[in-house]
This record gives sequence, C-alpha cells and structure tokens, in this order.
Amino acid sequence: MIEAIAMAHAWEMQADPNVVVIGQDVGANGGVFRATAGLQQRFGTDRVQDTPLAEAMIAGMSVGMAAQGLKPVAEIQFMGFIYPALDQIINHMSRMRYRTRGRLSCPVVIRTPHGGGIHAPEHHSESTESLLCHVPGIRVVIPSSPARAYGLLLAAIRDPDPVVFLEPARLYRAVRQEVADDGRALPLDVCFTLREGGDVTIVTWGAMTAEVLRAVTELDKEGVSAEVLDLATLSPIDSGTILASVAKTGRLVIVHEAARNVGVGAEIAALVAEHGLYDLQAPIQRVAGYDTVMPLFRLEQEYIPSVRRIVDAVQATLAA
Amino acid sequence: MNRMRTDISFRIPRHRVLDELGRVTAELPAFAHDAEDMRRMYRLMTLARVFDAKAVNLQRTGQLGTYASCLGHEATHVGVAAAMRPEDVLAPVYREYATQMWRGVTMREILLYWGGDERGNDFATPRQDFAWCVPIATQTLHAAGAAMAFKIRREPRCALAFIGDGGTSEGAFYEALNLAGARTLPVVFVIVNNGWAISVPVASQTSAETLAQKAVAAGIPGFQVDGNDVIAVRELTAKALAVARDGGGPAVIEALTYRLSDHTTADDASRYRSPEVVRQAWAQEPLVRLRKHLVDAGFWDASREQLLLEDCAAQVEAAVAEYLGTPKQSTDAMFEHLFAQPTAQLLEQRETARRYAGKSGSH
Repeated sequence: MIEAIAMAHAWEMQADPNVVVIGQDVGANGGVFRATAGLQQRFGTDRVQDTPLAEAMIAGMSVGMAAQGLKPVAEIQFMGFIYPALDQIINHMSRMRYRTRGRLSCPVVIRTPHGGGIHAPEHHSESTESLLCHVPGIRVVIPSSPARAYGLLLAAIRDPDPVVFLEPARLYRAVRQEVADDGRALPLDVCFTLREGGDVTIVTWGAMTAEVLRAVTELDKEGVSAEVLDLATLSPIDSGTILASVAKTGRLVIVHEAARNVGVGAEIAALVAEHGLYDLQAPIQRVAGYDTVMPLFRLEQEYIPSVRRIVDAVQATLAA
Repeated sequence: MNRMRTDISFRIPRHRVLDELGRVTAELPAFAHDAEDMRRMYRLMTLARVFDAKAVNLQRTGQLGTYASCLGHEATHVGVAAAMRPEDVLAPVYREYATQMWRGVTMREILLYWGGDERGNDFATPRQDFAWCVPIATQTLHAAGAAMAFKIRREPRCALAFIGDGGTSEGAFYEALNLAGARTLPVVFVIVNNGWAISVPVASQTSAETLAQKAVAAGIPGFQVDGNDVIAVRELTAKALAVARDGGGPAVIEALTYRLSDHTTADDASRYRSPEVVRQAWAQEPLVRLRKHLVDAGFWDASREQLLLEDCAAQVEAAVAEYLGTPKQSTDAMFEHLFAQPTAQLLEQRETARRYAGKSGSH
C-alpha cells in the first residue's frame, strides 16, 4: 500500500503544478513510512518540503497555502499527533469556504497513519476518526487496499474541499497487489462492496477489512454468506448502499478498531435504526475497540477486534 | 574540548516621527511631504473613528451583535494599510477595520459580519485577503502559508498578519514566527500592543520587556513603533515589506498603542482599569497629533475638517442604511458553500430546514 500512496502523490504532482507535499521528514527521508519516497528528488524542495516540527503549524500553513491557490498534501506523522492541528482543521480548514461564502476555499489533504498492530510506541496506534467525522465541512476517507489507497488518494487530492486521509498503518506493508499507475481516481462518498452475500451485512473500514474477510472465510465454512461493505468514506456516509444491503440481508454487524463509544459505528447503527428498522431481523451488533486507552503493544492484539469476536457477533445476529 | 560559550545580544529599535503634540521628532519620509497622501490617511482614520462610534451605537440599540471597537488604533491600522500593496494579502484579527477599508472592504460588509451574516466575509475586494479571525493567533499561520505560496510561485507579494498583545502568548504565534524565519518567508507580523487582552494587562502575559523581542528566538528582526504615529507605522511597515518582498525575510513589528474602548461591546473595562489610566491614554491618541501636524504643515484647516466630518457622517449613514436594508439569508445558506457540492445529507437536511423556516424557537 505504501508504494501505491507514493505513486498517487507522484502522478498528481506531475499532473497538477499546484500540488505541494509538506510534513515532517517527507523530503529527503521520503516519510517515516516511505509514503513520499522519491518525491523531493523528482519535484524539488519547493514542492516537497520538510516542515519544522509543529502539527498546528502544518495544518495552519496548509490553510494559508490553499486559500492562495495551492493544493497542499500534508502528512501528520502519526494520528496521535494530530490533535494540535485540530484547532486549524476545525476552526478554519473545514469552514473557510462556508464562512467566506465560497470566496476562499481549502483544498487540503491531511494524511495520517491510522490504527495499531505494528508494535509501535505509545501514541502511535490511535484510531480516533470519529473526532473528525463529527466536524462539518471535511471528508474523512480511509482505504483498505493498495488499489483503493491509490484511487482514493487521487480523488482526495482532486477534491475541492478538505479531506482527512487515514492510512491503516498495518496495511502499509501487509498485502502486495499490482496497482495500475493510470491516474484513475476512485469515487469518494461511496462504499465498496468487497463481497456479496445474503445472510448478514458487515460494515467495516481500513485495516479491519482484513480480519473481517478472514471471519467471512470462517463463516463460509459454516454455510453463512456475509456481505462485506468497506465504508471507505467515513464522512459523509454512503447511506444508500448500507440500507440497500441491510434490506437484502436483514442483519447488520459493524466492525471497527476505534473505541465503541460514539464511534462511527454508532452513526451507522442509528442510520439503520432510523431508515431500515423494519428490514432488520435481529438487533444490530457492534464489534469495536474497547472504551479504554489503546494499550501498549503487548496487549494491542487483545484490543483490536479479533476474527473470533467478529464470527461470534455474526452468529449472535443469526441466532437472534 | 573547548569550553563552549555563546553570547547573544539583541536590540529592539523603537521608531517614532510625530510626538503626542504632533511635533516632528525624526526625519520625515518622502510620503509625508505629499499633502494628498497624508490627507488620505487622515481622512480614513477619521472615517474609522466615526464608523466605530456608530457601530457601538448600533449594538447598544440592538441593531448589531457584539462588536469589537477599534477606538485608538487608527494610526496603526491605516499606517499598515498604506504600506501594503493591493496584491499583498492581509490576515486580520477582528478589529483592523481601517486597514481593510483602505484595501476595499466596505463598511456594509463589516456591519454584516458583526450583524451575524457570513456575507460580510465575502469581500467584493480584496478577494484574497483572509476574513476576520476570532480564534486567537491562528491567522499568523495562514499568513505564513500564504507567504509560502508566494515564495513557491516566485510572486513578488507579501502577507501581513495582525496579532494582539495577548495573542503573542499563543503557540500558533511562535510556530508562525519560527516557520517564517526558517523558510525566509515574505511575511510581516504586526503586533498591535494595545495594553490589554480583554482584562489582562501585558505585564501579566509575559515578563519579556518587549513583545517585539519574541522575534529574536525565531531568528528574525523585531521592531517597536509608536502605534499612534501613522507616519512612523507606515514608514517602518513599508521598510519591512520591502525587505520581505525582496527575499530578505520576515519581520515582527510591535505597534504600541492603547485600547481606548472596552474589549468588545460585551465587555465593561471599568471593572478592571481605572478611568485615570484611560484619561492619560487619551492624551496620546493618534488623530489629534496628526491633525496638528497637518495643520502645521499647511495640509489641513478648519473648513476641510468640517467638510470631512460631514462626509464621514454621510458615508457611515449610507453604509448603515445598506446594512439594515440587507435581508437575512434564507435557510438554504446554511447548506451552501460548506462543500463545493452539497452532500446527500446536506440536501436532505436543507429540506427539513425549509419546512421549518421561520418557525424557530417557541413559534
């Protein structure tokens, strides 16, 4: 996935001279995960800039650059460090277009690694996407494969509004997949159906798609046919695809790594309760991270929803 | 190993041309010999004061929301404006109306903003200036970002950010200075030190002797200027902008002035400062000294003053009439311009808002 992300950067920098990449260690080092590898050598130090170490500054300068016509793609090195930038993201980036009635806008992409599972130090394994999804005026996008990382990142950069692009850190090097470097974007604001099925709908996103697909293989053996939706754009949610799937299967399990309390899963559950209640044949199940701090890595696999928990939740809905 | 020793010393020059009695205390810059140029600055300072009094009055009579007065800041605001070029970009706080008016923002737009209408931020001109910025100090980063854009595109433009004395305690301010210094950005930061961050005096914000010296740690020069002396403010700001435009890097200018008003119309400064202090500050205010100087120079007289006051009153009345005559936006406005294209959720909620339009609260 990491090469697909670097490839998408390069394609769009070549295609659009207004695209500028900024962040800590994105230049000579090519990013701590190598997401911007080779870009500075190819596009120069004006367009691929190492910034001083200050996250609020990275977001704030992105606002200033974007309002003057550039398209900054800014890396926040880990999601646990995004919080100082929230002032700029919430108070300015998300509402620049709104509060100036379209006079100025903020076509910024904030990229940041998301989630655990890579044995990282403290504060390096956060999945706090629902903080961002609550903010009007920004899109929150998360890919679940190299091809979707490529296509969705291109879409995010081309989008005229701010996008927070979450990159599942444990997928960076997990799967190898040939990705055509053809500059073709994938659509934002839509779910991807990873697998069709008739008995239960599982909605998930990011790295959890891996556990969900393994759970689905288990369920296959038991004769259970699950439909898997990759939410992909966490805000705004593609409600049509979710409701249509639940209408077909009558059962819904939501799987996310983030803590359960006020997670994006709650929004999906509410959506189905409001608009699809009579399609449901069983209570909705959420399989989520626990409502505690993301533990240090010796316990992180106990925190991240396991294949077993997912299978059990599906079986619980089928038994209801 | 040699014993390491670093001695750093710095100085913060302070600039002033006119003293509080309007006497010339330093060499006049070229523009100060141009009668029409000087009159233009004086006219706008006067207009800002007349407008300001009217805006406070509108708030007191329930025709405007909370309003932040610019009383006493006119020389700083106009001096900075006159030093900038139209193609430069301003990142204001929320008090620098005279700077904005010089650059083309209308009094109607200012009133619309404080009157609770986002269209006040949609300046007909200047299209690229930032809108008012309420979250303190965040605008300094926008100015640095804009300056970065100019630098990348090799455009001979500058960004200029205002910030208050209280704002210099914010992290964003230091981060902006640090970035500007580290990347030699064409940006100038003007600290309007008016003595007060709502109720907190400067001495409680910092033990630094000047706010300008906060630039030193970022490796950029800091200056103080008498913020009630429009000639000095313009001269110093123009020099700083020329250096920045020429690739010489940023500067910090601390303009020393005084907030003669409450912080906003929601504030009552008599709770925390004595009338005697304010009375003394009035002796330093910027309009009287400039008028004396202009009269002494033969650029101004009583009949011009009379005509100006009448003209200002008429302009302000016309702007107020325009503002009061502007109908509020429809509920659709809440759903427009959030994104370039509204999302499905917004379209659905727009319908709800339409259905309940005009039926808010207890109706």
